[in-house]
This record gives sequence, structure tokens and C-alpha cells, in this order.
Amino acid sequence: MSLTLLAVQTLNGLQFGLMLFLVAAGLTLVFGVMDFINLAHGVQYMLGAYLTAVLARVTGGFFSGLALALPLTLLLGLVLERLVFRPLYARGHLDQVLATFGVILILNEAVKLAFGAAPISVPVPDLLSGSVLLMDGLLVPVYRLAIIGAGLGTALLLWLVIDGTRFGMLVRAGATNAPMVSVLGIDVRRLFTAVTAFGAMLAGFAGAMVTPILSVEPGMGDGVLILAFVVIVVGGVGSIRGAFLAALIVGLVDTLGRSFATDLLKLVVSAPTANRVGPALASMAIYVLMAGVLAFRPAGLFPSRSAG
Amino acid sequence: MKRFTLALAATAALALSVGAAAAQEKLKIGMMVTLSGPSAVLGQHQRDGFNLALKQKGGKLGGLETEVVVVDDELKPDVAVQKVQGLIERDKVDIVTGVTFSNVMMAIAKPVFDSKTLLVSSNAGPSPLAGKACSPFFYAASYQNDQNHETMGKYAQDKGFKKVVLMVPNYQAGKDSAAGFKRHFKGEIADEIYTQLGQLDFSAELAKIAAAKPDAVFAFMPGGMGVNLVKQFTQAGLSGKIPFLSAFTIDETTLPATQDAAVGLMGGAQWAPGSTLPASKAFVEAFEKEYGYVPALYAQQAYDSALLIDAAVKASGGKPKDKEAMQKAFRTAQFDSIRGPFKMNTNGFPVQDFYVVKVVKRADGKFQTEPVEKVFSAYGDVYAKDCALN
Repeated sequence: MSLTLLAVQTLNGLQFGLMLFLVAAGLTLVFGVMDFINLAHGVQYMLGAYLTAVLARVTGGFFSGLALALPLTLLLGLVLERLVFRPLYARGHLDQVLATFGVILILNEAVKLAFGAAPISVPVPDLLSGSVLLMDGLLVPVYRLAIIGAGLGTALLLWLVIDGTRFGMLVRAGATNAPMVSVLGIDVRRLFTAVTAFGAMLAGFAGAMVTPILSVEPGMGDGVLILAFVVIVVGGVGSIRGAFLAALIVGLVDTLGRSFATDLLKLVVSAPTANRVGPALASMAIYVLMAGVLAFRPAGLFPSRSAG
Repeated sequence: MKRFTLALAATAALALSVGAAAAQEKLKIGMMVTLSGPSAVLGQHQRDGFNLALKQKGGKLGGLETEVVVVDDELKPDVAVQKVQGLIERDKVDIVTGVTFSNVMMAIAKPVFDSKTLLVSSNAGPSPLAGKACSPFFYAASYQNDQNHETMGKYAQDKGFKKVVLMVPNYQAGKDSAAGFKRHFKGEIADEIYTQLGQLDFSAELAKIAAAKPDAVFAFMPGGMGVNLVKQFTQAGLSGKIPFLSAFTIDETTLPATQDAAVGLMGGAQWAPGSTLPASKAFVEAFEKEYGYVPALYAQQAYDSALLIDAAVKASGGKPKDKEAMQKAFRTAQFDSIRGPFKMNTNGFPVQDFYVVKVVKRADGKFQTEPVEKVFSAYGDVYAKDCALN
């Protein structure tokens, strides 16, 4: 367990965390502003991946595929909002969960009918296909660095929008007290529509970015959705800053746990026992973290300033 | 359109009357495969492989008009049990075939055996059914689960690899895989990495592998996990430097997604579409013409299941309801398996050859595996000795 390996694994953890942030950002935004539980966020991520994969093939380039996929995911977000979400804003969380779970089932099957059950391929774009030697025998693909860049860029953009624009001000106000915003003469319905569509596009962007490294297949959003929920619960529901920091923490805890838990256990117990217990502990780590946060700081580690 | 419909109806009516006239006895088969969820593509290969054989035989197996009822087990053992009971009691099938996953197989085995219905696996081959819990109603046209992993362990041993890192998901099949690999590999296991089921990002594990500098990596990462791993393994620059050995990780169900990233990686199997046997070549060509994609071993096993059933029904004298005759027929049935030599062991599992297969890019731009080295000849499984049948 050298220092180099520790440094490499820390970088891997940050990279995984930023990947999670890309997915969690849109989810926390929608949840925070509208108090709406959107389980369909994961399938919106999947649609972003599929649209990018297909459009990249049609247009002959990853970036043109990405550029076309983003407005389409935005549009799909608008359609979903109009058809499914809007009638549910006034209903309880259980109704929202049921309806959006239905959306998951329908869209997963629809994707399978349209594109087949087999995973499809997206090559790494040429521009980002190189790699950097990080340690003896291990290359870090430039694309991984691009994901780090995309995560940081998204965080910066969201910060500028939420903190610096009128739209952002309304989002913050809506998160605190939607009825009051409405009373002040703002069309809350339009605000909600805009936020949902923006959230869908963020999900789509996350899906698009992971296509070259992950398997693009029906149901690919389901596992990611759970991780994204862990992130926003740890970070504080509705807080972009919280989602960002929590994503990094979750990414680090998960990656370092997977890297070193078994080796550390081997120092105190026998190797077979460590092999049995280590991986179990590592895969539990982020859920234990979440349980701890819920027990001691139910509002999350970094709740949005207004929420308290 | 109207004329077409009319013609269709006429053909159907004709087919019906001919069928009714020709066959006093009909063969009814229930096919249970996984057709929903992330693993649906495996069930699709099984279904298409079986249907191709049936089509080539003119809709008849063993000379009997054959009806196939396809059901989706949804990869849920409880759902599978309900649906298999429907096949047995409502549809009154003579044979249940298919079954993609071992947990589903273990769930349906008892109700199927209790009803004295024959069960012909075209994929799952769990160890209990090969050993202590073997049954005269069970026959596998696939393999026993351990064998593909054993193939890679034996290969690593034969190649003189001294130090290997194992990487498998942390669940029962993953642990069985590691145990299967170690059965014939006597070198050092530098590290055993147990990952989460459904893991997305393997950066941490790949860094560990690079740091351990092994002679080879052995991985069992079925489905989407395998796609993630293969892409990331190659992107990290490890492909070509560290031999990548695997089982159920790279095959024609995942190659369309990994494409070039998988070229040169190795797996263990009883068959690959690159096989040069004439029967196999004819199968691959017919399959691609019919369905437009390259068949994986799941399709081959299902195709062989149909051939096996065909031979057995024929040997029973066309009496699928005569259980004793059918059991005897299955044990001794001779058919030309497209994988090469095939013999039924005492426990109802095959005795067959196993190969190391390697991913290649074909001239037409598609990807497939092809056998590069025979590792086992006429190899049975290690559980057969615990089976009381003889």
C-alpha cells in the first residue's frame, strides 16, 4: 500500500464523486425546489445516454451527438412534466413515487423495444482518447479527466446560475417557500416547468458523459439513482453545494473503502476472513455513512441555507 | 392487404388441417427464459437459438408436431415458480427447457421434478443438480457452471502463470467462480478482489491490479458489469500488458457494446461462433441470416437443446409421455452437437471439450470469439461422483 497508490485512489474517488454529482445535481434541484420526488431521474439519465449513443453514430461524432441530445432531453423533460409530474405536485410523496416508478418501468421497456436488450457501444471521442501515465503500469485515460472537468464545470455553472441570476433567485425562493413566491406574482407553474426541464437536461448530460466508459443498456439508470439519492440525503436535500460536497465524500468513501478495506483488515484478521468481511464492509460504507448522517444531522451535512 | 390476410388465413388453415391429420401425438414444450431486465439479451439468444433449430426441422422435433410456449421468468425465482406451474398444469407441457440463471433453476427444479416433467437446461447448470440433488428428470445441453471457470484456471496453470489476481462480484456465483478457477490453478493468487454486484466504476480495482503486477487477471463479470470492466481495463492501458482471462464476461451479448476494447481478451467456453467445425459454421451463418446478430454460446446451447430433444423423442419411439423411455433416450441420445463431441454423463450433464476463446474483429466489422486452444478433452464435472443415479 504505497503512497502513490493512495494518491491514485484518492484521485479515482474524486473522479467517481464528480460522476455522481453530475447525476445528483438535477435530482436535488427538482426535489429541493418543488418537494417532488422524481424517481424517473434515472431513466432520464438513461435516455441521455441512449440519445447520445445513437446521435453520435448518426452524426459521426461524440460532441455533435452530445449537442443534439441535450436539447432533446430538455424537451423530453418538458413532456414528462406536462403529462406526469404536473398533476402530482399537490399530491403526497407516495403518489409521486408510484407514478414516477411507473415511468421507470415504461421507459426501460420502451428503450428495450427501440434499441434492443443488448448494451450498445459508444467509442471514446478522438479528442479525448489519449491517456496519462499516473503510476508504474497504470494509465489514466484523458476521458476520466474530462469527466472531472465536466463535474467541476457543472458545479461552477450551477453556482453562477443559482447565485447570480434572477432565475436562480426564484429557484432559491421557491425552495424556501413556494406559496410566498406565488403570492408575490411569480408564475410558480412556469418556474416548476423550467426547473424540471433543466433537471432532466442535467440528468441527460450525466448520461451522455458516461457513455464511453459505462455500459449503455436498458435499466442503466436504476443503480445510479440509488447512489444519487444517497448523495442528496447526505448533502442535504435541495442544496447544490451539499450535493457537490456529499458527492465527493461518497465517491471517496466508496473508492477508498473498496481499495483498502480488505488490505487493512488483513493486518488484524486472517486473509480468508478479511476477504469475506472486507468487501461487505466496503459496499456498506456509504449506506452506513448515510444512516449516520440521518441519525445525527437529519437535514444533511450541508443543508441549503434557507432550509433550516 | 386484404388478399394477403386471406392468403395467410388459408395457409394457416391448411397447416392446421395437415398437422391434425399427420400427428396423433403432439410434443409440447415450455420454454422459460429471462426476457426482461438487464439480462434479457441472454434469454433472447436462448429463445432464438431454439427457434432456429425448430424452424430448420420444419416445426417438428423427433418427428412430432411441436408447440413451444415461451414464458419470461423476469429473473425472479418466485415468479418463475408460478409460471412453471402454469406451464405444467395449464399447458400440460412434456418438457420444460431454457432457464437462464441458476437461482431460477434451483427454484423451479423441485416443482418440475415433482410433476414428473423433463427439464432440459439450455444454460444454467448449478452444482447441486449435478451432485447430491441430481434427478433423472434433469438434462443439461449446456455445461456445469464450474467448468468454464475451471477451464481458465487450467489454462493459467498450463501457461505457467505464477501470479494471478482474481476479480469477481461479491455473491454466491462469484465465490463459486473463484473456487472453480483455483481448482486447477496451483500458482499464487496475488489478490482476490470481491466487487459490488452491479458496480459501475472499476478505477480503484484497476489501480490495485496495476500495483500488484500479476502475470494475468481472471475476471467473472457477467452482463453490464463486464462491459464496464472491459472498457475501463483497456482504457487504463492494461490490455495487452496483462493477459485478461475470464468466464461469462466477454461474449457476443456484450461484444456489440465493448467492440474494439475487448479484442484480444480471453474467455473459457465449450463453443464459440468462430469455431471452424462445418456444423457450427452452418449454424452461425443461418442464425445471422435469420436474426441479424452474431450468436453467443447461449444460442448454441439452446440450438443443441432442440437437437437433443429431437434425438431423444425419436429414440423413445415418438412417445414423449412415456417418462421411462424418455429418460433412457436422453441418457443415450446421439445427436450431432455443433460444439463437437457430446456425451451425457451419469448425472445428466455433458461430457465435452472446453476451449480458451479469444475476441477477434471479423472482416465484416462485427466482433466474435473464436477458439484458440483446447484446454479440456471429454471433461465431465467434479460433482458427478456425488450423484446417486447410474
